[in-house]
Amino acid sequence: MTARTLAVVSAGLSKPSSTRMLADRLADATARRLRETGDDVTVEVVELRDLAHDITNNLLTGFPSSTLAAAIEKVASADGLIAVTPIFSTSYSGLFKSFFDILEPGALSEQPVLIGATGGSPRHSLALDYAIRPLFTYLHTTVATTGVFAATDDWGSSDDTVKPLPERIDRAAAEFAQVVRRSTRTSELRDPFALPAGFDPTGVGGAQ
Amino acid sequence: MQFGIFTVGDVTPDPTTGRTPTEGERIKAILAIAEKVEEVGLDVFALGEHHNPPFIPSSPTTLLGYIAARTSTLLLSTSTTLITTNDPVKIAEDYATLQHISDGRLDLILGRGNTGPVYPWFGKDIRQGIPLAIENYALLHRLWREDVVDWSGKFRTPLQGFTATPRPLDDVPPFVWHGSIRSPEIAEQAAYYGDGFFANNIFWPKEHYMQLISFYRQRFEHYGHGTAQQAIVGLGGQAFMRKNSQDAVNEFRPYFDQAPVYGNGPSLEEFTAQTPLTVGSPQQVIDRYAGMRDHFGDYQRQLFLMDHAGLPLKVVLEQLDLLGEEVVPVLRKELEKNRPAAVPDGPTHASLVAARDAAATSSPIAAASAATR
Repeated sequence: MTARTLAVVSAGLSKPSSTRMLADRLADATARRLRETGDDVTVEVVELRDLAHDITNNLLTGFPSSTLAAAIEKVASADGLIAVTPIFSTSYSGLFKSFFDILEPGALSEQPVLIGATGGSPRHSLALDYAIRPLFTYLHTTVATTGVFAATDDWGSSDDTVKPLPERIDRAAAEFAQVVRRSTRTSELRDPFALPAGFDPTGVGGAQ
Repeated sequence: MQFGIFTVGDVTPDPTTGRTPTEGERIKAILAIAEKVEEVGLDVFALGEHHNPPFIPSSPTTLLGYIAARTSTLLLSTSTTLITTNDPVKIAEDYATLQHISDGRLDLILGRGNTGPVYPWFGKDIRQGIPLAIENYALLHRLWREDVVDWSGKFRTPLQGFTATPRPLDDVPPFVWHGSIRSPEIAEQAAYYGDGFFANNIFWPKEHYMQLISFYRQRFEHYGHGTAQQAIVGLGGQAFMRKNSQDAVNEFRPYFDQAPVYGNGPSLEEFTAQTPLTVGSPQQVIDRYAGMRDHFGDYQRQLFLMDHAGLPLKVVLEQLDLLGEEVVPVLRKELEKNRPAAVPDGPTHASLVAARDAAATSSPIAAASAATR
């Protein structure tokens, strides 16, 4: 049995929020898939609304409060990250982006990520692929192929009889669970003071 | 243990009056502050280097040369000298001159600066910040130690048969500290040369600096300059004091709330809990800074940033009185207690000359063992 931790970052602003609902469902579905193959799964949720002031302070001072530092550590050390944001003005919310802006370069490198987003109408669904996916590609994460967009209607009507929300969630979770299983990222030791390969404190080519 | 003041030389409006000092007033204020630092019995005055408004110290050696003439015991330093964008030849010349003028009362803290456009303004590439710091210092180190230097590197035109003049006072170069907020490469560089490591320490919770300093100490020992405990460490700090701590909080809060660096961010209470900034009575400052060595080990130099956020000169001078009369004398005693005999004092020209002479007069075997002790 392998112990795995899933971190969930939810940028919903209301309480309760549909963003958090989607995040929880993605986490539950992924945990279920991982448990099927015998994993012991822990889910850690980071609600960015609770950290909004700390995130702004970090942007201004350049360092995190202890509360924020603990949340960042939770996210960076997880075996997989589920990141869900509302779509504002055709993209991720500013708070969502600010959280990822304050991470140290490389903090999420190689991390398996499942992306999700919510919005008022399904016409915003492509924001997942033109805004959110490139952000996580830039951060050198491994983004699962399927992301999940939930429009307001998805929570009520069953108009979409071909691919209703629960089915889309399950497909994304199954793919993401595979990525998490394959990842060796958290088993590798990281030294924050590792010097670059070939670093020479005297410089190269200086002496004759 | 050396105590002193470091300044970045910012021209900042006083938020309580809205008045901004002129550049001329700020330059004169900094000169007055430096003289006061000696008068109140502190050891070091360190001046920053910037090349953009609202900062005035673009020409540190001009200001420090004046201060050298107006003082007699004060050790002059920099916070920091830009090793990335200055020509190392000019650093060697300017600071060797200042070393002579000040009768050896000079050392340098080297840094990479915090204003991106300074690199292109001086024809450099910011992505080469670390390689510039490494190569430029390698050249500076040789210019001060070898009378005739042949050099070719990546970042400046080659030198053939070059002699930097004047030669360092008594043929002993100024002591050098390397300052860094986050780069292990700079800590490694400081350790390799057996130079000092200065942690600005004021913008980050202590745990980060504890790791960086601990890394420097281990590497200092690895390179054979002494034990980790004997590595040369300096720390920055910040304080605002009044006899009654609530008076200090009330008076400083409007300056804190509007400060260029952390204004409109965390509350004064949050920031003082998370960083070494201490706002309160002199006793509170003593307690806070007497505890620093519990986190960083016994160290050699403590500098305070006191003239910032638009505080008027009169208030800064009052702060220096409190620091010199009530805080530092007690801290000197506190930090002497249980300080291991093997931990060296902060380097001075006299101590460097003595060390050089001791190594020269002892037998080669003793000198070799002293060098690797």
